[in-house]
Amino acid sequence: MSHFQNDLRKRAEDLVVLYPVKRSAMLPLLHLVQEQDGYLSEEGITEVAELVGTSEAEVRGTAAFYDMFHLEPVGKYVVGICTNIACLLAGGEELLEHATKKLGCAVGGTSSDGLFTLEETECLADCDIAPVVQVNHRYVRTTTPDAFDAMIEEVRDGKRESEIPPHGTLIRVRRSSGLQAPREEIATQRASAQAAREARAAKEQN
Amino acid sequence: MATFSAPKIVSSRKDFDDSYTLSRYLETGGYIALKKALGMFPEKVAAEVDAASLLGRGGAGFPAGRKWSMLRKSPISYLVVNGDESEPATFKDHYLIERDPHQLIEGVVIASYALQVSQAFIFLRGEFALGLERVQQAVNEAYAHGALGSKIFGSDFSLDIVVHPGAGAYICGEETALLDSLEGFRGQPRLRPPFPAIAGLYARPTVVNNVESIASVPAIIDRGNEWFQSMGTEKSKGYTLYSLSGHVAHPGQFEAPLGITLRELLELAGGVRAGHQLKFWTPGGSSTPMFTAEHLDVPLDYEGVSAAGSMLGTKALQIFDETTCVVRAVLRWVEFYKHESCGKCTPCREGTWWLVQIMKDLEAGKGTEEDLTKLLDLCDNIAGRSFCALADGAVAPIISSLKYFRDEYIQHLNQGGCPFDPIASTLFETAGA
Repeated sequence: MSHFQNDLRKRAEDLVVLYPVKRSAMLPLLHLVQEQDGYLSEEGITEVAELVGTSEAEVRGTAAFYDMFHLEPVGKYVVGICTNIACLLAGGEELLEHATKKLGCAVGGTSSDGLFTLEETECLADCDIAPVVQVNHRYVRTTTPDAFDAMIEEVRDGKRESEIPPHGTLIRVRRSSGLQAPREEIATQRASAQAAREARAAKEQN
Repeated sequence: MATFSAPKIVSSRKDFDDSYTLSRYLETGGYIALKKALGMFPEKVAAEVDAASLLGRGGAGFPAGRKWSMLRKSPISYLVVNGDESEPATFKDHYLIERDPHQLIEGVVIASYALQVSQAFIFLRGEFALGLERVQQAVNEAYAHGALGSKIFGSDFSLDIVVHPGAGAYICGEETALLDSLEGFRGQPRLRPPFPAIAGLYARPTVVNNVESIASVPAIIDRGNEWFQSMGTEKSKGYTLYSLSGHVAHPGQFEAPLGITLRELLELAGGVRAGHQLKFWTPGGSSTPMFTAEHLDVPLDYEGVSAAGSMLGTKALQIFDETTCVVRAVLRWVEFYKHESCGKCTPCREGTWWLVQIMKDLEAGKGTEEDLTKLLDLCDNIAGRSFCALADGAVAPIISSLKYFRDEYIQHLNQGGCPFDPIASTLFETAGA
């Protein structure tokens, strides 16, 4: 039985066929596991292994390389604060320190109500609004402790749900269709296009 | 100054709130270049971009058009767009991805037509959740509009684009690591040669281009290579995005002709933080050796920056004023490289770890002068001894800071600690003042 609930199994299968080689769907599928479970559950890893045709160890070994994948459960909201240099100058470390107090957990830890996990991140490519804060990879653009606190309260009260889905949900826009370029025709098209191009090149040389 | 009234190219839709929608894109000249390209022979499209001398905007500055044309002998199988922007202080592709996804898609279709490939991948940094949604939405709209899919705009050309999310790894911005990641493996760089053009995705000939390079293509096709060549400097043609951050009055993106100087860019950005002076800066992200106030008039083009001893890189200019401790800044950069080292090559994996240990001691005033020699010796054993350029990037801030600010390192040793107040360098300080 599939571990993926509702339409997730179908979405996973639709992703696999977008790639010439199944294993390419590894990262997108792992994001789907996190969308359902909030982290990479054992059952989810097993299902991804089956879908891309490899072993669970391969999946786990690949997943462990990437910062966005969590092998242990995390809070519903993962708060990331950048302390790379542009943010450091803008007070990133101070904001991170403030956040540990506000959320009541250490960096890398989760608040006692299980709602927030706090992470220190590297450059998040939004350096003109520093220090950069992301919640579930959405830029919230709160650069001061006061603004940060207000944002956390709004998230806690469920006022930011449309903008910030629960942790794991990365792309809410579905691909509208499968692949459309006719694969079988393309091989012959390419061959004739190449021949035509060579003919033109030969003509130019003469 | 001339740059104020200069035309904007890749950031032309910057002032529209709905710049990411198909309707806005069509109203502002979108997909006209694609129709024009489809009426040309594919090799002419490639030749046009080659003639424009568009240098790769991802950091290396390799001619984008040559990447397309040198591959004409062996047909290309895939086009992969590198949107894994993670170089510290670089945020230009983030802007292009989130705010102008159709421009990127039009560039991908034109490039794919020039290369005659039928499948392209846009690899986007996983942390760009909004960008991923915007690009996927734009891809959906492009299919519905006939600009993607089977028989594009009624021509014989068909193309599929797959939007692929990364999962958080700086190293995947390196093109061969990106390809491994796209194949579903750990993102670790490959030994080159063979280059991706010969054996790339699934060992098939593959072209990998940066987001900004591809986004620059529609304008080149629309207005022609002579127009593009009329801007910039002798070897570095056209316009590009410069990202200013750190101690500047108005940080952000500034699109300007290649060859502009930091002095001119600072005028656009309102200058260094009020009441302070420039101390040091990076011309193209943290992997490029730092400059000082004496380099304010270095032309920011590929050859100019290179002649002055650094690299234009991603054109991410980080500005630091006199309140910044250079040792602390370098330590933070080195910590970044330690965290992001993929672990494949020993000199980088182990070396960055040792660099952090020594830098921490130096910043804390616990080091000795001998450590400075050891540091340089380590750098010598790291740079150029790994598969990819991450190792070279890791040592760049150390070597360049020791070149310009050796005295400041010594001051840490003599004083037994950091002579700077970290709070003075933060923007909090300014806000509270």
